[in-house]
Amino acid sequence: MDDVISPRRLMTKRETADRVFRGGVRASGTVVLLIMSFVGIFLLLRAWEALQVSGFSFFTTQAWEPDSGNFGIAAVIVGTVLIALVAVSIALPLSLGTALYISDYAPIRLRKTLITLVDLMAAVPSVVFGLWGVFFLQEKIVPVAQWLSTVLGWIPLFRVDGVDPRDPLASATVYTSSTFIAGIVVAMMITPIMTSIMREVFMQAPLGEREGALALGSTRFGMIRSVVLPYGAGGIVGGTMLGLGRALGETIAVYMIISPVFVIQPHVLANGTNSVSALIALRYGEATQMGMSALMAAGLALFLLTLVVNFAASSIVARSRSGAST
Amino acid sequence: MTTSATAAPATASSVTHTGSPAANTTPPTQTRLRVLPDSESPRERVLSDKRVSDVLALCGAGLAALALAAVIATQLVPVRGIPAFTVLTIVLFTMIYAAIISLTENGPAVRDRVVTVIVHTLAFTVLLTLVFVVVFTVARALPALPHLNFFTEDMALAGPLDPLDTGGIAHAIVGTLIQIGIALAITIPLGIATAVFLTEIPGPFARFVRTVVEAMTALPSIVAGLFIYATAIYTFGLDKSGLAAALAISIMMLPIMIRSSDVVLRLVPHTLKEASYGLGATQWSTVWKVTLPTSRSGLTTAIILATARGIGETSPVLLTSGFTAAMNLNPTSGPMVSLPLAIFQFVKSPEPTMIARGFGTAATLMLLVVGLFVIARLIGADNPAKKAARMERHRRFRSALITASRATLQTTRRTRPDAPQE
Repeated sequence: MDDVISPRRLMTKRETADRVFRGGVRASGTVVLLIMSFVGIFLLLRAWEALQVSGFSFFTTQAWEPDSGNFGIAAVIVGTVLIALVAVSIALPLSLGTALYISDYAPIRLRKTLITLVDLMAAVPSVVFGLWGVFFLQEKIVPVAQWLSTVLGWIPLFRVDGVDPRDPLASATVYTSSTFIAGIVVAMMITPIMTSIMREVFMQAPLGEREGALALGSTRFGMIRSVVLPYGAGGIVGGTMLGLGRALGETIAVYMIISPVFVIQPHVLANGTNSVSALIALRYGEATQMGMSALMAAGLALFLLTLVVNFAASSIVARSRSGAST
Repeated sequence: MTTSATAAPATASSVTHTGSPAANTTPPTQTRLRVLPDSESPRERVLSDKRVSDVLALCGAGLAALALAAVIATQLVPVRGIPAFTVLTIVLFTMIYAAIISLTENGPAVRDRVVTVIVHTLAFTVLLTLVFVVVFTVARALPALPHLNFFTEDMALAGPLDPLDTGGIAHAIVGTLIQIGIALAITIPLGIATAVFLTEIPGPFARFVRTVVEAMTALPSIVAGLFIYATAIYTFGLDKSGLAAALAISIMMLPIMIRSSDVVLRLVPHTLKEASYGLGATQWSTVWKVTLPTSRSGLTTAIILATARGIGETSPVLLTSGFTAAMNLNPTSGPMVSLPLAIFQFVKSPEPTMIARGFGTAATLMLLVVGLFVIARLIGADNPAKKAARMERHRRFRSALITASRATLQTTRRTRPDAPQE
């Protein structure tokens, strides 16, 4: 057997510096991996105690009294999702329009300025948007909420209990601190990041196809509908999901606006709502060990929700035609 | 391929003269914006796609919408407030404009105009609102900002009823700088080393780390704060302190920094690295002397963007550090307040002076973020991808120039520019 000529074995012999370098960066990658997985594992471990006490009723209970064992995320998770949905349904048309404006309608000279402006807005801290919501939007939006509830009150979502729409002197306080207002503020916060992602994808739409559509006599909207939007569909969905993920996790702006209640509040225009992150910010200080564990469980639920949304977003973007580069 | 195939039948039937270059190649049948005075010279083609009738339709629809909205608002139904009136006007404008256009144009052209109006409305709504948020904050901050003590004193001796010329936010500014300093000391080495790992040692493990890092960008900031609160403070007995806040901010910043550094490092041209290996350099010296210096500006941008994100986080600091009115220079013990947390605490008070302080703090924080962002833009304007693209353009330009000069020998000397255009 020895006389069989086998191919020369190829092997890399690395120098000491290289081995140290590769070991070093591999170690830092491992450290990051450990930290990141530790967050998830630790949350689960600490939440276990509370989850064992509450069992499945954790997902169906509305009250939050961890020390007497009567607690669950039904109210807060519904509030979180409703705020995020209001935010996304406002932010989606706004950011789609802005992204199309920047990529296809704005004068070329303005384009760079607009891109910078939108990116800059994405970096404005959320507490600033919260200030705007509390001190400006809150009072200005009440007539809008009143009008919406009068006109669309027959839809359960927009009904506000305890007001007579025909009474012009009705108190305005039933319309403040609502899911709707929190949703608008969160919408303004996520619009820049959604616009930024959509704009990037729209601008990558192949020039040849754009010009082809125009050369066939298409109008600008015809070109957008047949070339830009199909090409950027992945970016639209992905950007929206990313905005949704951010809206779900938003804490401080929501906390500043809402007045927390621990019942499921399906009426988006009515006073009082809640969200998981606001609950944590509200209750962490006075929490006993059991309370802390319950908050951990709520945080874990929020984290899993954002994780699912984020993974869905990235897989949709990756599978789309424009996905490879984003 | 599918999109261009579907584009053809959809648009072939909708030939119009609006907004398309094709309109310029066919003899126009509609009125022109500009009539050439000299009829003897060959007719110069009008390259603008605007016509007099378009401008007139716009103005007319605008006036009609305003007038109609005024009539509706004052005579028919009570419309309260300027926003409602604006919305009504825009809706009426769109309808009237569509009606006017449909007199002379066909379906697709009308749809194109309506969409143009809608896109402009949406974009201006967003841009104006965003600018307004900033202007509103700065305007409300104006009472507090002119007092110099606002930036040099802390709130230890100033109560809620004190006027604006006592007390300030020096403790919050210092706290923010200390916390972000510690966070950067953790995240810069760890983040960039991990990004180098992801690009230099690819494999299943690197892919897994990348997936986990991408997942962690979804981590809600309050959960990061809760994690540090439960581990460092609750379990390991660390004081509620600036250090704990810095750790929480680091967890928020790390995924952002790794992701953007990873993107920047992948943009380094392979030819540069291969040239380095070809000269016999080790991987370490290639990374240290070629990859990192090439992407220096991009990495700086990544760091600054992560900093801007971390500096504005409120909830992790709220959970892990807590509020104090006094200056605290020691990050390891006692609460240490940061700018966003100070804003949050100030505006909780019903006192107008405290609210003015809150807005003043918000303006300071925004100024800091905008400053960082501008620096990032200035540094990041010149990344390797752009550099490579520019060199490619340069090369193509030169080769095109050489071909052209060979073809037209007699005019070469006259037309050749000295330097390539940018």
